[in-house]
Amino acid sequence: MRPALSLILGLLLTVALAACGSDDSSDSESASSGSETVSLEECTPDQLDTLEPDTLTVATDSPAFPPYFEDDDPTNGKGFESAVAYAIADQLGFSDDQVEWVVEPFNSSYAPGPKDFDFDVNQISITEKRAEQVDFSTPYYTANQAVVALKDSSAADAESISDLAGAVIGVQIGTTSLEAVESVIQPDEDPQIFDTSNDVVSALKNGSVEAVVVDVPTAFYLTAVQVPEASVVGQFEAPGGDQFGALLAKDSSLTPCVSAAIEELDSSGELAEIEKQWLSEATNAPVLE
Amino acid sequence: MSEGSDPASEAARRRLERAAARRRNDRRGFAIAATSTLVVLGGLAALVLTSSGWPDVQDSFFNPGDFAAVFPEILEAFWLDIKIFMVVEVAVLALGLLVALVRVTRGPALFPVRLLATVYTDVFRGIPTILLIYLVGFGVPALTPGADPDNFLISGVFLGSVALMLSYGAYVSEVYRAGVQSVERGQHEAALSVGLTQRQALRHVIVPQGVRRVGPPLLNDFIALQKDVALLSILGVVEAFRFAQIEASTNFIYTPLVAAAMLYLLITIPLARLLDHYDRRSGEGGRTR
Repeated sequence: MRPALSLILGLLLTVALAACGSDDSSDSESASSGSETVSLEECTPDQLDTLEPDTLTVATDSPAFPPYFEDDDPTNGKGFESAVAYAIADQLGFSDDQVEWVVEPFNSSYAPGPKDFDFDVNQISITEKRAEQVDFSTPYYTANQAVVALKDSSAADAESISDLAGAVIGVQIGTTSLEAVESVIQPDEDPQIFDTSNDVVSALKNGSVEAVVVDVPTAFYLTAVQVPEASVVGQFEAPGGDQFGALLAKDSSLTPCVSAAIEELDSSGELAEIEKQWLSEATNAPVLE
Repeated sequence: MSEGSDPASEAARRRLERAAARRRNDRRGFAIAATSTLVVLGGLAALVLTSSGWPDVQDSFFNPGDFAAVFPEILEAFWLDIKIFMVVEVAVLALGLLVALVRVTRGPALFPVRLLATVYTDVFRGIPTILLIYLVGFGVPALTPGADPDNFLISGVFLGSVALMLSYGAYVSEVYRAGVQSVERGQHEAALSVGLTQRQALRHVIVPQGVRRVGPPLLNDFIALQKDVALLSILGVVEAFRFAQIEASTNFIYTPLVAAAMLYLLITIPLARLLDHYDRRSGEGGRTR
């Protein structure tokens, strides 16, 4: 049976390779986020091809953290992203009780195949590479990165980016913070990468890392609530700017409408109001050069 | 001179016939195996490749360009997996044997040590490995809040390896114990009757035979251990799986994870073949004494 076995293995390999190497159909369209414009008149609940008729299904991860959500409850309209989601729904003509929330972990939000939400708000940064796999709405927030360190650590006294080069830094996976750390701070030691922001906080608390890098609003929540013994050392701009957008299925018919809603909120000043209400502290951190 | 009546050539002819029949049988078996393999794999491939979502899945999971881009870096990260695996494996072998020996002692004075060993195997076999890694990795550094984060003893690599060792040591000690206890009583009595002490009997007669018998189950545990190194990623250790995850979540593609899966297979498949080889040998030749 030896030769048979090798033949079977060979066949397996051939099939596998054939599967990988067939038509190279990565349709390299450019990021089609909000490229087509529609007016909000064309975006009403009866015209929109939503998941459930007359319902807007919005997703976020669980647990949902302040200042983006309050009390781990997206449905209460409190917290920046919850408020933005309800404002978008309002622009599209959905009442508050026509909005359904579902849990979508970040790591499965970009899986190919049908989505079980209309759009997902989860502090997801827009990048060109990502936009090849999913649709992004117009950005609704531009986030700076912040460095958080225990008050009694050497990193807490840093006054410039270069003061942080010697620190052991923790970040959460899937965030632009990692890229920001590697390209801006360029620490001597590789950063440690954790699954959840809770694990990042634990590592900071128990001293496995000296400093963590998160987006500015999260940093203020961390130091106010989760790790009062830590402080925000300062903020810096992520390379290329870090913008959050709503995530939708690739080529979703809803993308232009969600973008139009956000643009309307932006130009009417409502978005700035929401930001001021929930993220007011975000401007208070010293800027690290 | 009639030929064929000579018994020697008669036997030779029969031998040749038998060999030919065996070859025919082999050939037929081979043909059947090849055909059924083709049919099954062809069917599966057709099913997958003609499904409507295949182009998306291929672009996301089996993208040759993405694969080529990340593979070298994942391979580099995989080196850490291999190093951890090697060290933990040796530690597990030693710890497992020690615990097993303690458990097969009979002296009444050693009762507390036996109790300790029994409690250890019960507890550490009963806790999910990932949970153990989490508790050790986040718990131990919390004991030393002032420690330097650069200290290897509180690094994720070290603590995660310790947790893996504790978990697998418990399994492997049971494997050893089964092996030692499977050695016939007569061996023990014979050893004592030629004037060996209890300890010498254990060391020169019982343990060597017992350990030789448990090769396959030990190998089996090592295959599992090799895969579980990926669990260290929850402590912020950037090994192959975590590296692939970072790449995946940065660009919303899954190809890096497929690449990492291939690397794990590269190690486990040879081990599995070796295991089969062992099984076959002991099946045909009986136990090697």
